[in-house]
Amino acid sequence: MRDKFKQLLKTLRGGLALLAMLPLLAHAAGEAKYDFPTPATALAEQTLHLHHEVMYVVLFMFISTSLVVIYSILNHRKSKGAVPITNDGPRTRSQIVWASVPFVILFLLDYVVIGIPAYSAAKEMEDTRTDVDMVIKVIGTQWRWQYEYPDEGISFVSSMATPWEQVSNEQPKGEHYLAEVDNPLVLPVGKKVRILTTATDVIHAWWVPEFAVKRDSIPGFLHETWVKIDRPGTYRGRCAQLCGKGHSFMPIVVEAVSEEKYKEWVAAQKAKMAPVAPAAAAPAAM
Amino acid sequence: MSAISIHDDHHHDHPTGIKRWLSTTNHKDLGTLYMSAALIFFFVGGAMALTFRAELFQPGLQFLNPALFNQLVTVHALVMVFAAAMPVATGFNNYLIPLMIGAPDMALPRVNNWGFWILPLSAVLLVSGFILTLFGIGDGAPGGGWTNHNISLSMQGGIGTDMLIVVVHLLGISSVTGAINVIVTVLNMRAPGMTLMKMPLFVWSWLVTSVLVIIVMPVFSAAVTMLLTDRHFGTNFFNAAGGGDPVLWQHVFWFFGHPEVYIVLLPAWGIIPNILATFTNKPVYGYKMQVFGFWGIGILGHIVWAHHMLTSGMPLEAELYFMYATMSISIPTGVLAFCWVGQVWKGAMTFETPMLFALAFVFQFGWGGVTGLIMPDIAVNAQYHNTYVVVPHFHYTFLGGAIFAFMAAGYYYLPKFTGHMYDEKLSKVHFWLSAIGFNMTFIPQFFLGFAGMPRHYADYPLQFADFNMLSSTFAYVYGLSQLIFAYIVIKCVREGRKVSDKVWDDHNPEGLEWTLPSPPPYHTFDHPPVIK
Repeated sequence: MRDKFKQLLKTLRGGLALLAMLPLLAHAAGEAKYDFPTPATALAEQTLHLHHEVMYVVLFMFISTSLVVIYSILNHRKSKGAVPITNDGPRTRSQIVWASVPFVILFLLDYVVIGIPAYSAAKEMEDTRTDVDMVIKVIGTQWRWQYEYPDEGISFVSSMATPWEQVSNEQPKGEHYLAEVDNPLVLPVGKKVRILTTATDVIHAWWVPEFAVKRDSIPGFLHETWVKIDRPGTYRGRCAQLCGKGHSFMPIVVEAVSEEKYKEWVAAQKAKMAPVAPAAAAPAAM
Repeated sequence: MSAISIHDDHHHDHPTGIKRWLSTTNHKDLGTLYMSAALIFFFVGGAMALTFRAELFQPGLQFLNPALFNQLVTVHALVMVFAAAMPVATGFNNYLIPLMIGAPDMALPRVNNWGFWILPLSAVLLVSGFILTLFGIGDGAPGGGWTNHNISLSMQGGIGTDMLIVVVHLLGISSVTGAINVIVTVLNMRAPGMTLMKMPLFVWSWLVTSVLVIIVMPVFSAAVTMLLTDRHFGTNFFNAAGGGDPVLWQHVFWFFGHPEVYIVLLPAWGIIPNILATFTNKPVYGYKMQVFGFWGIGILGHIVWAHHMLTSGMPLEAELYFMYATMSISIPTGVLAFCWVGQVWKGAMTFETPMLFALAFVFQFGWGGVTGLIMPDIAVNAQYHNTYVVVPHFHYTFLGGAIFAFMAAGYYYLPKFTGHMYDEKLSKVHFWLSAIGFNMTFIPQFFLGFAGMPRHYADYPLQFADFNMLSSTFAYVYGLSQLIFAYIVIKCVREGRKVSDKVWDDHNPEGLEWTLPSPPPYHTFDHPPVIK
């Protein structure tokens, strides 16, 4: 019995070493930049949590099944004098019970371990209408974003600020290469912002990874999503729907600021737009 | 040898040279043509992939402009799906189904010839956009992604998009006639005693595939016809400015597009169990369960399509339905996966090249499958959708799954088809370079996706630079190592150790095809064998 156990350990050593490396790899990826960006909203926190959960579930499924195959590869080989069994399917009662165990586990993983938290997360993600503090409108256009604050009467266009010389390698690339804009979207922290999305030409998708929010902006439709940013900062997102040759050149930058600063910004924007407004209105009045 | 080859000698003569291949209605000739064409297009599509991976090697634009980048990505996918993955499966079905069920040929041989010769024509049309621009005509190939998911963008497309519409119609005719041919052959031409539940799993998988093709391919043809009339005849099915609905396209396309995934994968699932069985020296494990698994996946595959569009703003109820329905596919897929595990358990394995590819298929498809399980989770999908998480996921199923399975099948049947053993040493080099190249290309892409790099990006922020470089480097390892395969195939056709009828002498491969000489004579089973 003990020998058998030792033999098993010996055989599985490779697999165990691999298993031991996985958390290390995951840790390395987590420490470095190759994991989800640090969440900036409670919703993104939840999404990150779910992401980790589903990754553990599928890693468990994959590794446990793989270990059986690896064990077979190492031991059930002709060169080791293995004698094949002639079994072509579960036949006896105990075999059938054993064969159904993985399906029971699979079913539980699907509909309980993944299914239940996925339901509540989805419900929360789609709850765009309760306790809303303000509304903004995001309009995708080839290849820039247009932002409107209907309550404040502010609207502006936000285009990529990276100079084309950097793209064509004539200038060295800046720190925020392809992730900087001329007019960032400014939002207050701690406020639930309902975001309406639409587009003027083709489908785009507004995505900021730190918010875990991605919603297609589709011509002819007004779709909605929401964010409630927890901490001030600059968050960089990008278009996530192939929309033509400028697809990789329409970044999103969101400046999350305190409520006072947000109010100052709104006032400044209004002042900036005010002198222009009568002049623009004049020809229309004629 | 057997009575079959003697019988063959006084058969009616057939043309030789180019005329033989143009006019052939012989299932083995057509199978060979399909497989050879698939291999050629595999290199065409691969060359495109290597071109845009070269562009992605570093941030900034080096070789391609973004429009050309989009076109290469689009045509790479179209060529790989419609001109490489589907034809190679069709080639194997043409060559093998009559041999496996003891029929003299396919039921509709002339249709079969048509079906094949449409293929090179459509492939030429597909890449014609690139060629026409060289003469200053049009603006290149279609560039809206192979799915045209952003249909408003395809409305803006040029002549390439029109070519795409024609090509879809032609390939639709080709694959639907091919599917009808398979169904008619399998249902009518089985040898006496070959009951449905005695058919090899590969034949079963193709029966299910054919049913899927007949159900969904006309839907795709209808969808591109709507696109055609939108583009040129003033209708507004998808045109938002005229009251049309861009999301309608996504629904109609993915009603085709999701079963299409299984159209590519089912033949691979069908051919793997027999290869595993041969080299584990065990009978096929869980035959009946796998047959029901094929049908289960085939049926469920039709009712899950909108998990490809969970960010398109569907109501929560619809999203929840598509999430849970998609998860349910893991049950019949799990049946297949556990059968493969049951197959290798307590066998007496040997590791010839087909077995190596088959085992790699089990791991790689397994990983592609489980990563598919997390995609429909609505909240997490908001993060994964249209990022680099999706790219390696479907390459693990299509490339690491289907293509690795057909590489396994290629090595398994090459000696049967040619009568020569392939270069065993070189084939192992091919395997290890493929396996390492493939995994090291696509594992970094998962991390790129987690970190937030969207798909279809011609250029990317600096934070993604190192893993893109890693991915591009190994893409070249994978891509170039396939040239070894082409060399092995050509060498095997010309020369090599003569093999016996059974080919795998130390094993007991199941199936009627192993009772025939290697290579099988031009006409086989003129008199049907009797199966006990």
